[in-house]
Amino acid sequence: MKVAIIQFPGSNCDWDAEHSVQNVIGLPAGRVWHKDPLPEGVEAVIVPGGFSFGDYLRCGAIARFSPIMSDLQSFADQGGQVLGICNGFQILCESGLLPGALVRNDCMEFRCLNQSLKVEDSNERFNTEALAAQLTLPIAHGEGNYRADTEVLTDLEANNQVLLRYAPNPNGSINDIAGIRNQAGNVYGMMPHPERAVESHHPCLDGLPVLRAFLQPLLQSSPVQLSA
Amino acid sequence: MKVTVFVSPKTTVLDPQGAAVEQAIKSLGHHSIEGVRVGKTVTFQMEGSDTPEIRDEIDRLCDGLLSNPVIEDYRYEITSE
Repeated sequence: MKVAIIQFPGSNCDWDAEHSVQNVIGLPAGRVWHKDPLPEGVEAVIVPGGFSFGDYLRCGAIARFSPIMSDLQSFADQGGQVLGICNGFQILCESGLLPGALVRNDCMEFRCLNQSLKVEDSNERFNTEALAAQLTLPIAHGEGNYRADTEVLTDLEANNQVLLRYAPNPNGSINDIAGIRNQAGNVYGMMPHPERAVESHHPCLDGLPVLRAFLQPLLQSSPVQLSA
Repeated sequence: MKVTVFVSPKTTVLDPQGAAVEQAIKSLGHHSIEGVRVGKTVTFQMEGSDTPEIRDEIDRLCDGLLSNPVIEDYRYEITSE
């Protein structure tokens, strides 16, 4: 398996993520239980959407302490590619792999719709040329309202770490932020669901360029070795 | 001993739940009430007594799991129950 999709109790987009990577994009993918180690030879990890541990305490707060998270931390520290989608984004923020936090939507409603997004010129992989100036992707969340203190926000903007912005904003997210990356450019997180927009029976196909942009280094890079 | 941890949204962070509850309070006619914030309480029994070491342990628990320092503040009380 080249792409590992972590399964927590309550994950529910794990199969969709696996299907989109394995059968649509064509990279070997597999699901890995949160209590198992990250398999050797994995080159990218997707933390999928869902309601890990029932969203108890805070979204992602309990998943952050799952056994696999120490492997994920070392994988990311060594430059491994990590993508958190929806609840996966919340988990990455809780674990400190990405800055900030996601709180309740300002409308106090669960928002489930095909959302218009503005693409930012973030880096050589995520930009308006590789993707498009505007995308539509499904969103489905109650806690997608991105928050960070002024200092973090200033750094995010100064380093072009914002990947996607809502247009219009469905949840009160600060600076309309829908997705960000870390400064190193190997950890990505977003509330929209690219894995739900990859086939002709989906509302649109805009998830494909997003997943391809994330998985692009797998074609050239050698596997990241986990330290024992 | 019993530990009661109070977790609340930081005053600088938007609290949509507090805002919705405040709206409901006002709709009931209580116009003198404002600044509603909704947090949570976590209680647990713990062996030991109120020492700096125990407080360090509780702080670590609060900072890592029970609250997220990016968006929440916490305080706690220790009683002998």
